[in-house]
Amino acid sequence: MIRTKIGGIVKISRRKAVKMIAVSSALFCSGGGGVLAGKPEVSDQINNIISGSQAREVDVFLDVPEIAENGNQVKVAFEIESPMSESDFVQQVYIMADGNPAPNVAKFNFTPYSGQCFASTRMRLSKTQDVYLVAKFNDGTHSITQSTIKVTIGGCGG
Amino acid sequence: MSKIKPRAKIPKEAELDEVIEIKTLIRHPMHSGRVKDVDGKTIPRLIINKFNAMFNGKVVFTVNLEPSISSNPYISFPFKVKEEGTFELSWEEDGGNQYKLTKSLKVV
Repeated sequence: MIRTKIGGIVKISRRKAVKMIAVSSALFCSGGGGVLAGKPEVSDQINNIISGSQAREVDVFLDVPEIAENGNQVKVAFEIESPMSESDFVQQVYIMADGNPAPNVAKFNFTPYSGQCFASTRMRLSKTQDVYLVAKFNDGTHSITQSTIKVTIGGCGG
Repeated sequence: MSKIKPRAKIPKEAELDEVIEIKTLIRHPMHSGRVKDVDGKTIPRLIINKFNAMFNGKVVFTVNLEPSISSNPYISFPFKVKEEGTFELSWEEDGGNQYKLTKSLKVV
């Protein structure tokens, strides 16, 4: 039931357990899930991507607006600190949004020819939600970051 | 309907070992398969699902796009200049259509 970022089951303290039950019941009351992708699907996806790999401490900068007035065009840019050499480079960067009908937004595949690790694009967001970035390095390690975006007008065409 | 037209902004010249930013845009409606037209019929999914950047025949950067990407998808990415050559950028649409663009780069 309770998963860590690397997909294992952990022991948690009583205080944490109370907090998690409170959060999950709040989600249940607000009708989380349903047609929309929801948080469990995104965490499952993330667990799939990072299963069996170690987390790496690295500077990941996810540049998204705090408030998006129009959910049809939301800029998403990122920059990850990496030498991008043959032996040490960022292989894949996944962008996911947990409130969209489908959680996946894009997958960027870098190579050592890139020189640096940054990219940007524009995405659609149906409502206020969290956006996740999962970076996978060539040595199998990973790094995750997340940001909440408030969306005034959703961009999924109703 | 507007024609599907790829565009890219690449510096014409660059220094050796310089990291340049390449900006690309393709005019495309990116129908997600969820939007309804005026008659209430769902417009079928039709998106650009893959973007490839090749330099002198080597793959340097690719993106897998999903329906959550906005219409007229814009992508910018880095490239480290090691030699002169040509970029071949290609966009793949659902159903197998491809849109291509080539640009050359000089080293000064």
